[in-house]
Parts: sequence; C-alpha cells; structure tokens
Amino acid sequence: MLDTVKINSPPAEGQQPPATVDLRALYAETQIEALLTELDEELIGLEPVKRRIREIASFLLVARARERLGFSSAPPTLHMAFTGNPGTGKTTVALRMASILHRLGYSRRGHLVSVTRDDLVGQYIGHTAPKTKEVLKRAMGGVLFIDEAYYLYRPENEKDYGQEAIEILLQVMETQREDLTVILAGYTDRMNTFFHSNPGFRSRIAHHIDFPDYTDEELLAITEKLARDAEYRLSESAREALREYIVLRRQQPNFANARSLRNAFDRARLRQAMRLFQLDGEVDATKLMTLEDSDIRASRVFAEPRPEDDATHLN
Amino acid sequence: MRITQGTFSLLPDLTDDQIRRQVQYALDKGWALGIEYTDDPHPRNTYWEMWGQPMFDLRDAAGVMAELRNCREAHPGYYIRINAFDSERGFETVRLSFIVQRPAEEPGFRLERTEDRGRMMRYRLHPYATDKPAGSRYSK
Repeated sequence: MLDTVKINSPPAEGQQPPATVDLRALYAETQIEALLTELDEELIGLEPVKRRIREIASFLLVARARERLGFSSAPPTLHMAFTGNPGTGKTTVALRMASILHRLGYSRRGHLVSVTRDDLVGQYIGHTAPKTKEVLKRAMGGVLFIDEAYYLYRPENEKDYGQEAIEILLQVMETQREDLTVILAGYTDRMNTFFHSNPGFRSRIAHHIDFPDYTDEELLAITEKLARDAEYRLSESAREALREYIVLRRQQPNFANARSLRNAFDRARLRQAMRLFQLDGEVDATKLMTLEDSDIRASRVFAEPRPEDDATHLN
Repeated sequence: MRITQGTFSLLPDLTDDQIRRQVQYALDKGWALGIEYTDDPHPRNTYWEMWGQPMFDLRDAAGVMAELRNCREAHPGYYIRINAFDSERGFETVRLSFIVQRPAEEPGFRLERTEDRGRMMRYRLHPYATDKPAGSRYSK
C-alpha cells in the first residue's frame, strides 16, 4: 500500500524548506498516473469529465509541491458537485475520485460512503441530527457521496427536516474540510434549482463537473465492454441490432444511458440462455459466448411503440 | 488519589493525538467504539453513562474525536473513557478501554471499618467525591 503519510509530512522543525520540488518525482511518488490511465481506459467517453479530473489532480499535486516549499497551506476546498443525466457514470467516477484523493493524500482512508436523502433525514423531530451525524462520522477520512442531493431540499414543505440535514452538512463541510470531502450528485436541472435555493452549498463547492450524455457510438462501446468483461461477445448481426436498439431506446421514456444498456445486456443474456436451452443439444464455447441478433431483437423496444406502456417493461 | 483503571492508566494522561492513534488502531481492528462518562469513581461502578450510541462502521478516528470533543464540552470535570468492543466470535467483549479525561482534583477514598458479629471487621470503600450530589462532585 502507498505511504500517504510521507507526502503529507511538512518539512521537519527548524529545517529549511527545499528550494525546488521535482513535480515529476512527486507525480511518480503518488502513483497517480496509474489511476488516471485506468480512468481513461476503463471509462468510455466522458472526455470533459476526464479533463476536469486531470485538472483537479494536477491542482492538488501543485498544492502539495507548494506546501513542501513552505507556502502557506490552508487545505484546499475539495467538495464537488456531479451533475448529469441518469446512467452517465457519476457514482463510478466518484469512486475513482475517492482513490485519487487518497493517493494525493487529501483523504486519509479513501473510502466512499454513498447515501441518499433517506440516510440523512429522519422521520420525526429530533431524529435528523443524530442520523446525519452518524453518516458524517462514517464518512470521516473519506468521501461522502450524496446521490440525488436535491431531494434534501423540499421547498413545498417548510417544516421538512431536510433543511436540518443541510445545515449540519454545511457546517461540517466548512469546519472539517480536512476530514471529509462531500460530493453532491444529481440531474443537472434539478441540481441547479437546488443550488439556487441553497446558496450556502454553491459557495462551498469548489468543483462543478457536468456529465454529458453518451453518444450512440459510446453506448455501443460500453455494451461491448460489458460483454467482454462478462466473457460474452456480440455477433456482427447482434452488433447491428444493438445499434438500432440504442437509437430506439433513446427515444423512449426513462432512458438512463449506460444503465439502460446494462439492463438490455442482462436481458439479452437471459434470452440467449433460453435459446440455448431450447436447442436441447450440445453447445460449444463459442455458442455459450455469443449473443445473436435474435437475443436483442426480441426486446420490446423493437415492438410497435406504445407510449402508454409502463416504462419499466421497455427493456 | 489518581484513579487507575483501564489500559494506560499508569502512564501520564494521553494527549489528543495519542488518543486519536489508539482509536484508529481499534478502528483498524474492526472494533466498535463507545464513549462513556461518570462522576462516581468507585472501582465497582462498572456501567458508566453512555455518550450517544456506540459507533459502528467508522473508518477514521476523526468521527470519534469529534464526539469526544462534544462529550468533554458537555461534561467538564467528569471521568470520560473510550471503550472498544470486539464483536468477533470468541471475544464478544471490550478489548480496549482507557480513560481520556479525569477531574483536575481527585480526592480519593476513605476506608470505613464496621465491626460486625463476633468482632468481625467489614471494610467499605467510600469515595469522598460521592459525598456531594451527582453533577457537582468535581470542580469544573
């Protein structure tokens, strides 16, 4: 395991700070490169997000270097907001972010605690504060990821306990910055409303990262990667069917980018299993691995579009 | 008279940084931590008041230290200790317990002798502090 303590340690008492810092060496020392490369390779698309993460990583590295040269070092604000449509990889990136912060020595444990409104807000008077504090204590030393953060604030009900949770959060975000990094995540438009009604949050968040929707090509690549990771492969015709599927699926309600495609892939696997089973004979490795276009075209998405359909059956 | 109970009680009082490192050690072992306080120093006073619930699933000592800070603010001049509970099968008990705050002055104990039947002697340990009502036993 990496020794983060070494990076943290300021120059010893009475010792002159060094005149130069080798950024390259610092970079190598934190082994951050491996993480960033992994991020680039494993996450398809999301170019603006990757760029922002590299920016943040270099900023933090420079902050470390400044600290070594004896510049005043108030801990930088690291709280972030991830906005974007469902299924655009916010949670995945948050996980990576936790390890990046850990490597750079800005998070002591590097773990991620993922919560939603239910984990923070209580059901009766006096229930919220202990609940929120409990979660905050668990997240200390790591990253607190609040999914769908805008649910915390319910403007239509002024007695809503969400406000109490928000106040505790804000206080800890300000006073215990070195113990905890908070990442708020949610859909772009609703998060904007949320920040608008809670200016305290906006000013305490240093990095806003917007997650764009995936293009059709990226979604195809993501599904193929999913298949590869699960040791499946798509036949040429299946790939073509998938391409059409993505176009159709996008037009339907509740489209959740990569998540929809993962569900589609899971269902295709089910259909493939059924098809193989009905063959009722011997199967070889290739057959077990290959998804055919019939496995994909059997999806309801290809049926006549019926807008009154319950959206949950669409996959 | 200085109360010695729990781990480290024969050492000088731990600094906050030393406490933090002990807490982190316990967390790394997967033990649950609880904070307790009392103003009755009797050695047989086993069950102290709990400060909130025991803390499970913590990863970093910062959370415990924040609670300790709150407890100290609410109860200056009390005894405060930190318990680390190991839930692992075979132990299922407190593995580490140490005092993290004590009153500035500890008046100690008086030994009381009672003569019983047949000139038998019975002994009783009486903390001077408990002569005063709970809550006003030690100067803050």
